[in-house]
Amino acid sequence: MNLIEVKNVSKRFGGLAALSEVTFELKQKEILGLIGPNGAGKTTMFNVINGFYPPSSGEVHLRGRKISNRKPHQVCKLGVARTFQVVRPLQRMSVLDNVIASAFMRAATKAQAEEVALEVLKFSNLHDDRETISKGLPLGKRKRLEIARALATLPEIILLDESFAGLNPTEINEQIEIVNKIRSERGITILIIEHHMKVIMSISDRIVVLNYGRKIAEGIPSEIGRSPTVIEAYLGEEHRA
Amino acid sequence: MKKYLPLIIFTVLLAVPFIGFSTYIMHILILVLMWSVIGMAWNILGGYTGQVSFGHAAFFGVGAYTAGILYQHLGISAWWGLPASIVVLTALSLVIGYICLRLRGAYFALATLALGEICRVTAENLVDFTRGNLGILIKERTWVDKTWYFYIILFIAAVTYSIIKIVMESKLGYYFVAIREDQDAAESLGIDTTFYKTISLCLSGILTGTAGAFYMNYMGYIDPGVVFPLYDISIVTVMVVMVGGAATYGGPVIGAVIMVFLAEVIRSLPHIGAAHQTIFGIILIFIIMFLPNGIAGDYLKLFKIFRKHNRASS
Repeated sequence: MNLIEVKNVSKRFGGLAALSEVTFELKQKEILGLIGPNGAGKTTMFNVINGFYPPSSGEVHLRGRKISNRKPHQVCKLGVARTFQVVRPLQRMSVLDNVIASAFMRAATKAQAEEVALEVLKFSNLHDDRETISKGLPLGKRKRLEIARALATLPEIILLDESFAGLNPTEINEQIEIVNKIRSERGITILIIEHHMKVIMSISDRIVVLNYGRKIAEGIPSEIGRSPTVIEAYLGEEHRA
Repeated sequence: MKKYLPLIIFTVLLAVPFIGFSTYIMHILILVLMWSVIGMAWNILGGYTGQVSFGHAAFFGVGAYTAGILYQHLGISAWWGLPASIVVLTALSLVIGYICLRLRGAYFALATLALGEICRVTAENLVDFTRGNLGILIKERTWVDKTWYFYIILFIAAVTYSIIKIVMESKLGYYFVAIREDQDAAESLGIDTTFYKTISLCLSGILTGTAGAFYMNYMGYIDPGVVFPLYDISIVTVMVVMVGGAATYGGPVIGAVIMVFLAEVIRSLPHIGAAHQTIFGIILIFIIMFLPNGIAGDYLKLFKIFRKHNRASS
């Protein structure tokens, strides 16, 4: 079943077409990788799905319901959570308070919100840091806090924007484990943007490739790795053997 | 101990009228409490929600005029202004919120700055309604003695403090702070930022308006220059909170104590008394430079400075 359908979505900023006629589906419980060189339109795609930008044309559907033109908080209530490429924790709040703030979206009382928050923090290995002020967290943990906050809204779909960028190998392995657990234990569907090729190839079920705002390829990781168009987009024409 | 401090202060204040302070001291204490209310109210919007307003005189003045106009035109007691101002200020806050809260950061601050001035000019020119610059005078004062005024403003301050405490420990409080820290992130975590900013503005506006309505009753005279001024109300409100400590429970109260006493002291000095606003400005610059979180937020830093000083001198 298709959870999210992106139908012919274009987004123009003045004369610049950040996305043109992009179409793809996100199936239930899959991990779909979204890759492409810098400026390919990946984050813009997230911003359209998540409701920050209305698409210039085309539509985004969630379980057959149109969600483009809805506001981010409404999209979140419908079960789509996201993280940001530049980590944006609520700086002057403790880790726990950060997660409580997002757990309040579904929780009726503070006790309930706290319960959800603590559970999510355990899940993302941040339980021991719960009293730390978020500003002081190292990058690896801040990236996990981003994920924890998204999870606390109890989403069905989570959009991860470069959750691996800037991490060291140990942190990357830990993060891969968490992303896999998000699907296997919580049954959440994942759409992920990532530059780290090894990571994306190993965790994605399918991959969509964008370049200059157009979808240039879609398929399982092994196909994408061999696709001449993808290699060309990443490495330039001369490298074609 | 720290938990009970507000309760202890409240109890001590309850006993104050029995000490038999002079009328002047009682007047100062009443002003301190009134500024605490205004500071705490501003703090909801500016401190916790991060929407800095330079136009709180608008809310204060409209609250005062609500009380004054009820007395002037309907001939009923100006004390009715307290409940009436809640209704009027809610309506005003909704309108202002609808217009101004789509602006962010400095643009919001500028819009509120204009708002205060718009209110002042309007009150000056709607002569039939507000008596313009003649002002509104309550001819028969409720009490000559200060005691009951003191208790009323103490009650308002205690209620304000409790409301803020309850709000900040609830979902609303978490949402306010989330909006302050990052509006886009808050929005994508399912927080309807426009809605919650409007709630914050309403709360802030209503509480400020209540202080205004009290002011009308207490002082017995208002005109547009007294209740709508940029310097004496809007800026002082910001200063009370900045000096005391934004986004802290006690900050506005500490700020109110300092600002009211400072204003009295400076005004009584010969020659430089007239320059009290200049002195306020210099103090504000120092606070922003050295104690950006105010006294309540940076008191540890203050202790350190004093300790160093003591060690150097001994």
